[in-house]
Amino acid sequence: MDRLKIATVWLGGCSGCHMSLLDLDEWLFELAKVADVVYGPLVDTKEYPAAADVCLVEGAVANTEHVELMHQIRQRTRVLVAFGDCAVTGNVTALRNPLGSAAPVLERAYLDPANLRPALPHEPGVVPPLLDRVLPLQEAVPVDFYLPGCPPPADRIKAFLQELLAGKAPHLTGANLRFG
Amino acid sequence: MDVGACRLCLVEIAGSNKLVPACTTQVADGMVVATTSERLQRYRRLLLELLFAERNHVCAVCVSNGHCELQALATNLGMDHVSFPYTFPKLEVDLTHRLFGMDHNRCVLCGRCVRVCWYVEGAATKNFSGRGAGSRIISDLNQPWGESRTCTACGKCVHACPTGALFEKGTTVGEMQKDRGKLEYIVTAREKKQWIV
Repeated sequence: MDRLKIATVWLGGCSGCHMSLLDLDEWLFELAKVADVVYGPLVDTKEYPAAADVCLVEGAVANTEHVELMHQIRQRTRVLVAFGDCAVTGNVTALRNPLGSAAPVLERAYLDPANLRPALPHEPGVVPPLLDRVLPLQEAVPVDFYLPGCPPPADRIKAFLQELLAGKAPHLTGANLRFG
Repeated sequence: MDVGACRLCLVEIAGSNKLVPACTTQVADGMVVATTSERLQRYRRLLLELLFAERNHVCAVCVSNGHCELQALATNLGMDHVSFPYTFPKLEVDLTHRLFGMDHNRCVLCGRCVRVCWYVEGAATKNFSGRGAGSRIISDLNQPWGESRTCTACGKCVHACPTGALFEKGTTVGEMQKDRGKLEYIVTAREKKQWIV
């Protein structure tokens, strides 16, 4: 059997889900026997590969770069997983949504506390503009599976990946299905 | 008789196509009731998703994380995501009370706080205002809770609340554990003269 190509991506989130992934400890060796990690913050690859089997998406869709990247990833990925509460619900990343737009957030961060040349970041092509509304992953692209948790504990990630590796549709229940 | 606020207790009654909330349905002789089925689970999950989509429920930063009835329902009904777009309404947090806080972001409008305030404590501080998605829990005539002249600060509303909407001030993420058992204790003692050990 061909080795599985697993990708991970870090959108608007705190990287806690990736830390939890590393928390799999020695089981990562088991994973490495059957799969390669082909893209993500944990590997040094700039371009998303032409085809990946699984992509774990941490974080909510918060800026225009996230939107473009996710459209590319969706086209090139067989199984797309919303990985953690930010991807599934928007969670902490989406706490700004009730403010209605990106403007109040940027003003609070870059104008209110600044006492020397306050300015909003404006670098077209370099700094991607924030979306006015942070999107849970499924509001941006079709999602195949959901792995909630803030972060999902390592055991839950393992249970999920084991089912996926066995060619089954992962189905989390009980203590393995909890937000927060 | 209960009030039918959340409709999560929907049941099927043989001979009827309508789903009815168990809490407001009178039992009758010979009635055949199904409390779990594929169809009921599907509808309950949809209702639950609507509750989550209607306000800002962020378990990760909630005082009731790990002790929340809404969060537990998601687990029990197998809700792994919300298929409706979230509404992200802008809502108030009332921290004017000396002891307690009210976060409308986390309120599901079940009305338990209103009922316990009226019928157990007898203070009638908590009330509903508005209709539909504009409904809010208010104190007295919609004034800051801390300025209420009827609130006895008994805390029954806090312990009746299924989510982190009502909480004791000073609690942080996951620290607010509700004790509904105390309310049951009081009511049973009063009505049946029995003191639950």
